[in-house]
Amino acid sequence: MVSKTVEVINAQGMHMRPAGILAKAAAAYKECNITMNVNDKKVNAKALMQIMSACIKCGNTVEIVCEGTDEQAALDEVSGLFESGFGE
Amino acid sequence: MEKYMGKGVYGAIAIGKISVFKRKEVSVKRTRVEDTNYEKQRVENAKALATSQLQEIYDKALKEVGEANAQIFEIHMMMLEDIDYNDSIQNIIDTQSVNAEYAVAVTSDNFAEMFGAMDDAYMRERAADIKDISNRLIRNLQSEGEDNSSSDDKVIICSDDLAPSETVLLDKDKVLAFVTAYGSSNSHTAILARNMNIPAIIGVGEEFLKSIKDGDSAIVDGFTGEVIVNPDEEVSNKLLLKKQQDEEKKKLLQNLKGKENVTIDGKKINIYANIGSVENIGAVLLNDAGGIGLFRSEFLYLESQDYPTEEQQFVAYKKVLESMAGKKVIIRTLDIGADKQVDYFGLKKEENPALGYRAIRICLTRPEIFKTQLRALYRASVYGKLGIMFPMITSVSELEKILGICEEVKSELNAEGIEISDSIELGIMIETPAAAVISDLLAPMVDFFSVGTNDLTQYTLACDRQNPELEDFIDTHHEAILRLIKMAADNAHKHGAWIGICGELAADTTLTETFMRMGIDELSVSPGFVLKVRETVRGLDLSK
Repeated sequence: MVSKTVEVINAQGMHMRPAGILAKAAAAYKECNITMNVNDKKVNAKALMQIMSACIKCGNTVEIVCEGTDEQAALDEVSGLFESGFGE
Repeated sequence: MEKYMGKGVYGAIAIGKISVFKRKEVSVKRTRVEDTNYEKQRVENAKALATSQLQEIYDKALKEVGEANAQIFEIHMMMLEDIDYNDSIQNIIDTQSVNAEYAVAVTSDNFAEMFGAMDDAYMRERAADIKDISNRLIRNLQSEGEDNSSSDDKVIICSDDLAPSETVLLDKDKVLAFVTAYGSSNSHTAILARNMNIPAIIGVGEEFLKSIKDGDSAIVDGFTGEVIVNPDEEVSNKLLLKKQQDEEKKKLLQNLKGKENVTIDGKKINIYANIGSVENIGAVLLNDAGGIGLFRSEFLYLESQDYPTEEQQFVAYKKVLESMAGKKVIIRTLDIGADKQVDYFGLKKEENPALGYRAIRICLTRPEIFKTQLRALYRASVYGKLGIMFPMITSVSELEKILGICEEVKSELNAEGIEISDSIELGIMIETPAAAVISDLLAPMVDFFSVGTNDLTQYTLACDRQNPELEDFIDTHHEAILRLIKMAADNAHKHGAWIGICGELAADTTLTETFMRMGIDELSVSPGFVLKVRETVRGLDLSK
């Protein structure tokens, strides 16, 4: 199991577009569980509606936890998305 | 004639007949089933069909409203694949042994309710997305096609609310406007309407829907958010005129946006915009101004109950500089007094305020106020291309004092290790006859002049511009004023400074040629006049 804590830097937070990008990227790691701990909630990074309904805002910190096949690659990719502000 | 108010989301006017949007009602019955696997397979089939439908809508949206706005349909496709959403549907089928339609409808309600209960306005709107995709699934399960409201004429589409897919699927050539009873400016319908350049008004209320019928004539004013049903002739004519003016303006915009400010014989001039608040930047960019020639900093003082702090000012200046992305921004230091009064300055009432204690005179006698503003300006300078302009200059000694204070502020900031830009331009307003007459002495001390024609006119002609009885005596084209401008222009150029005009005269297109012949380098006008002046410049031939 690997984990990393990142900050949400895109001004609009996790609205539909970044949520979609995240869910799509996470879903590619079929054999790896990717969860996010944010605002006292556990969110499955592959579940679009969970991500959106977690109301993740700019400035929130998110702990990403990956467990399974290719967990390090999954962690790098998902944390990279947050760090790049989802290209926004 | 009846009027309804909503929120206009795209500024344009439409006049035409109403068509009430008809949606096939999705009604779902709960039936018990034996073969739950068969129901689950039906959901999968309906999903596959929905995905291909959404792909088609996505392609249409891509062409009509661009990638950024089409993305919503890509996300809809992903929502259809959402784990929780699908788990919920399957669970309901399995545990209750019910039909697929019912399972989708219940899931849709639950998820929509969850989003609808959120604190965040944007997230609440997402309930509509859930309903949109779920209704599509249900229609597919019931083998119904898309909703449509085809008609032969262009119509004003009126509805309770439109789903994003419904908006895009409407034949754009047949839609004059959208009016919806519900919805907010966050809704995709609003966003799509803006991008489709269709006037749209949302949230007019349910009374509206009850009182209209197909074929009623109506006017939709996207600027004010007004919908007028069965308008009388007077209102019709008024709005028809407004519509024509708006269309003319948009045509101008379309034809001239991105074009150079150059005469037929190749002479160029900068056309900048005058603004008085951070909110006006949108208009500056929309009208394609080359920069901001006059940013009146007074709003910071007028909107405040006490002297605005360095930090408050810094934030505002930084925002303007950043928004203009490297284009020149000339900020004029505090210009209150005369017709602009601020209580907390505690200024005494004057016999003759226009000739009184105002602008730079306040700054030089109360340097702490001036220094706070200068510190904020210098600190913000690294975020763009800043010019600082001082108002109401009459003498060399004033300017010496000002430049001395600037140096003080700069060395203070240097000592504190705060970075400032090394390409800040300093300039003065030429708005007193004195400044114009001694412009040969002032020009070597600055980077630019900017002529404030309103004050220059009142001081030169000794006409109070607040006095309506003097209107006949104020000849804004008076030879004396033009000579003063010419004198300032010649002296500026002799000493390597540039000169602009930022008063009302800059937008007077009957003088554009005169100013260009004088060699004026920049005209700064209200954002709405930028393209009008550009049009005039492009029609001039100075070689003749």
